[in-house]
Amino acid sequence: MAQGWPILSVITFLPLVGALFIAILQGDDEAAKRNARYVALWTTLIVFAISILLIAGFDRANPGFQFVENKPWLGGTIRYHLGVDGISLPLVILTTFIMPLSILASFGIEKRVKEYMIAFLVLETLMVGTFVALDLVLFYVFFEGGLIPMFLIIGVWGGARRVYATFKFFLYTLAGSVLMLLAMMAMYWQSGTTDIATLLTHNFPRGMQNWLFLAFLASFAVKLPMWPVHTWLPDAHVEAPTAGSVILAAILLKLGGYGFIRFSLPMFPHASEFFAPMMFALSVVAIVYTSLVALMQEDVKKLIAYSSVAHMGFVTLGLFSFTNEGVQGAIFQMISHGVVSGALFLCVGVVYDRMHTRMIDAYGGLVNRMPLYAVAFMIFTMANVGLPGTSGFVGEFLTLLSAFKVNIPAAIFATLGVILSAAYALWLYRRVMFGTLEKANLQDILDLNRREMIVLAPLVVLTILFGVWPGPILETSANSVAALVDHTRAALAPAKAALLSLQ
Amino acid sequence: MIQAIVFLPLLGFLIAGIFGRLIGARVAGLLTSTLLVIAALLSWYVFFNTGFGGHEIRLRLFTWIAAGGLSVDWALRVDGLVAVMLVVVNSVSALVHIYSIGYMEEDPHQPRFFAYLSLFTFAMLMLVTADNLVQLFFGWEGVGLASYLLIGFWYHKPEANAAAIKAFIVNRIGDFGFALGIFAVYALIGSVAYDTIFAEAKTLAGKTIPLFGHNFDALTVICLLLFVGAMGKSAQFLLHTWLPDAMEGPTPVSALIHAATMVTAGVFMVARLSPLFELAPTALTVVTFVGALTAFFAATVGLVQNDIKRIVAYSTCSQLGYMFVAMGVGAYSVGMFHLFTHAAFKALLFLGSGSVIHAMHHEQDIRKMGGLAKHIPFTYAMMLIGTLALTGFPFTAGFYSKDAVIEAAFAGHNSMAQFAFWMTVIAAGLTSFYSWRLMFLTFHGKTRADHHTIEHVHESPKVMLATLVILATGAIVLGFAFKGVFTSEDGITGFFRDSIFSANGHKILEELHQVPLWVKLAPLVMMIGGFLVAYQFYIRKPELPKALAEQQPLLYQFLLNKWYFDEIYDFLFVRPAMWIGRTLWKRGDGFVIDGFGPDGVSARVLDVTRNVVRLQTGYLYHYAFVMLIGVAALITWFLVRGAG
Repeated sequence: MAQGWPILSVITFLPLVGALFIAILQGDDEAAKRNARYVALWTTLIVFAISILLIAGFDRANPGFQFVENKPWLGGTIRYHLGVDGISLPLVILTTFIMPLSILASFGIEKRVKEYMIAFLVLETLMVGTFVALDLVLFYVFFEGGLIPMFLIIGVWGGARRVYATFKFFLYTLAGSVLMLLAMMAMYWQSGTTDIATLLTHNFPRGMQNWLFLAFLASFAVKLPMWPVHTWLPDAHVEAPTAGSVILAAILLKLGGYGFIRFSLPMFPHASEFFAPMMFALSVVAIVYTSLVALMQEDVKKLIAYSSVAHMGFVTLGLFSFTNEGVQGAIFQMISHGVVSGALFLCVGVVYDRMHTRMIDAYGGLVNRMPLYAVAFMIFTMANVGLPGTSGFVGEFLTLLSAFKVNIPAAIFATLGVILSAAYALWLYRRVMFGTLEKANLQDILDLNRREMIVLAPLVVLTILFGVWPGPILETSANSVAALVDHTRAALAPAKAALLSLQ
Repeated sequence: MIQAIVFLPLLGFLIAGIFGRLIGARVAGLLTSTLLVIAALLSWYVFFNTGFGGHEIRLRLFTWIAAGGLSVDWALRVDGLVAVMLVVVNSVSALVHIYSIGYMEEDPHQPRFFAYLSLFTFAMLMLVTADNLVQLFFGWEGVGLASYLLIGFWYHKPEANAAAIKAFIVNRIGDFGFALGIFAVYALIGSVAYDTIFAEAKTLAGKTIPLFGHNFDALTVICLLLFVGAMGKSAQFLLHTWLPDAMEGPTPVSALIHAATMVTAGVFMVARLSPLFELAPTALTVVTFVGALTAFFAATVGLVQNDIKRIVAYSTCSQLGYMFVAMGVGAYSVGMFHLFTHAAFKALLFLGSGSVIHAMHHEQDIRKMGGLAKHIPFTYAMMLIGTLALTGFPFTAGFYSKDAVIEAAFAGHNSMAQFAFWMTVIAAGLTSFYSWRLMFLTFHGKTRADHHTIEHVHESPKVMLATLVILATGAIVLGFAFKGVFTSEDGITGFFRDSIFSANGHKILEELHQVPLWVKLAPLVMMIGGFLVAYQFYIRKPELPKALAEQQPLLYQFLLNKWYFDEIYDFLFVRPAMWIGRTLWKRGDGFVIDGFGPDGVSARVLDVTRNVVRLQTGYLYHYAFVMLIGVAALITWFLVRGAG
């Protein structure tokens, strides 16, 4: 790697620098607020610009880790080890891309602006860190640390029931996190290293794999979230401020999916295979169950939150098919969902800022006054429904396609999701957008302003671009995924051969 | 050339959609219409060049989805079969665009309307020119989106919104089957490209798909799944309920999407995939059965409807059934023939109805019309031509194609062919009856409209009438002119070539010409019979229908309520889905998961902690504390072990 400077460290920690800068800003007047906003915006924009360099320098043919930084950190074992491969790179870019949009969408926040911006910048550091960390301890610190700013965002800037929501979030995550910590200790105990790159090729004993898998599952399943540990998500979304919801849906949920790809599949292949039927079952239940629940929601944000759970079901479905198509589809689905669900929450934020309610009943006929908004919302709704030509289709299609190869009943039930998603999404659209504008307080609602257009436009472009030409993401992940799938299959092959020879 | 045909409508959509307000209604209409006219003219050139000239086009644009073993391209493929669809789609679309300039003149959202029309055309063209199943699916859902947008075009009308959603969701049920069909093809063949699938299809013979403890014949399952998609799009029995409701959209939309083009996509699909269907005789039998049943069922419902557009819609549904019957018995080119002529005369009937509705100030109930012939004679003449073609009056387009379908059904070999023959013959009589009923009630007798309306009845603008003339010409000459192409074996060798496949070398085309004379005469007799009954009912003794309805209230209500499908579906699917959704939410998430999960735990935790510490510290600090302790423990432990 001809990299002269530690680019990953820069991307990871630059937001912290910005946060520090905001922290030392003096005063509490309008000027200080404005400074805080612009410092945060510029920081995230610069981080995004630098992360584009990653794409430029990334070698797609190389399935291994690139831009590696590996320095001693704590003692002899725990190292400061960073790197990206084709699996984590798209997620890093997604994070750095969504951040400036979230900041821009938060310009309307008036309460404790400095702290708000600091929380988001710290969050960015921790999220990027999670995706680039190649050491168990480092990963754990980033992974769990990311929740603290998120707690603050919901707890301080959230809605009426924010305490309940944060509490639920906390309780779920705590259980998972403790188990994951124990599992990491056990992994070190068994292998003598905390280096993820090394652990990827380590063969854990069969029996131990099952326990490790379950322990990691406890953490990742909550994050993703999988049914039945999903009930924190609707509450967290409902109470979080708009940008909080965006980050939560677009990026934090992806930590769980990333965890499965980085740890569960390659490190515990036998356990993954053993538990695959269960994972399929949970995915299918998530898709059908939460789609049905979404159908009956009265709160826009809750509806989208439930639809997120259903969409994440496709991710696990693809991952546990152990095929290239499935894993690539799962990665694509994560990126696409990041763009689309983030955009949907931004859209909700647009009307929430105007009307201060999320109840579907409170709206109706918005298209009459807000044609531009209606177009944007329609495009994201269609992407949410998985219409071909939008990014939502590619991930769903690939994951279902691969699931069908492995488990036909699971694929059939999961495909029911395409019917249900159309039902809840279009019904929502109809109730909010169509009809006559009857409600008195909506009579002079304004269409998108310039700032909102700037926020939504890139998301519209990406939604359609990736729907027509998903190549950039699929090609980036192709070789790393192929290596991962080969590795997983190879680990399983001797066992199968042994089984055959016994017969 | 082919790029222009496919992408000019897209260009029109983008310009009218993005700059609509800037360029204004007039320019948007003219621009999109011009682009479509160019595309239509080019299509006719391709029709002759590819069909008769044999110059097939395969154009790979760029890779769409490539992952693992899957590779899907954006590609344009034109052969004889596609050439037929190209002229149908672009010609009707161009005429509908032009017609809409007049019809939608007073609508404040014209640019949006033209943008949607062009978007639809683009999606439909992507559908027909696809070279693989996934692009077919793209077009398939794309036309579904355009249909949804156009049905709900008048978004202030609750019925229009409901109809739009219904159309999309019922189509999605079909697409559910279609998608599974694609998955199954990929799982067994490892490709979604037509050429590979068709080449490998034979190797699937005898293979099975295990499901729920049964082994199903792979080819049959694949074809039936794909056919479910066709049933949804083409509004076949069980999945037909969206089509009549779709009439809530503007009338030009009904002519373009719900008569001539989109709804025929299912028919096209079966023809396109004939190399697969030919290997699955069971599936073809099902196709025949469903087509025959739809032809009959929709015609019976059409008998008693009172909305002028709904009558034509049920007629469309029924005629689509005819096309599937032809497909089912292996007479693919005959089915395409009916698709081809039907596009002309059904678009004519819809646009003619639109002209009537325009004249009547948006009145659609034929009970409130009557005697319009002398007020709008031109429209009357056009509707008359459409009706003659639809009922199969000798030497009109429908005469050749419909009779060919019925003869093919008689000559067909599968176990449902005879059933299909009788159903289509009976339906021919019913078609004649409801068509003439529509004509008589609308144009003949004394008017039942109020004074105010009838005084203002006016002929439509010339731009609308001109398009009717073109379609009327088509409705008269297309059958005679093209019967050789579609109903003879020469047509296969000289036009379609390999674009449609028949396992027995298209023997049916020979056999259908050798059916007994009574079979050839049957549809004609039924047509005359239907006409006479309608004449008796609505001209000579107008009190008769009412008496009959009172005498047979059960049957009348059954037909009037469309065999109660909407009510049954509401009871079987819609309500349960909502009930389950609410139950899962309140009981599942709220009571069980939260109750025993976080809420339950929290209640216990609260009980304990309340006695130990005051809770004001907040959960965040707890969490941070626990995490820090954890990290500290972890690090200490590593350090100790690392050292030791």
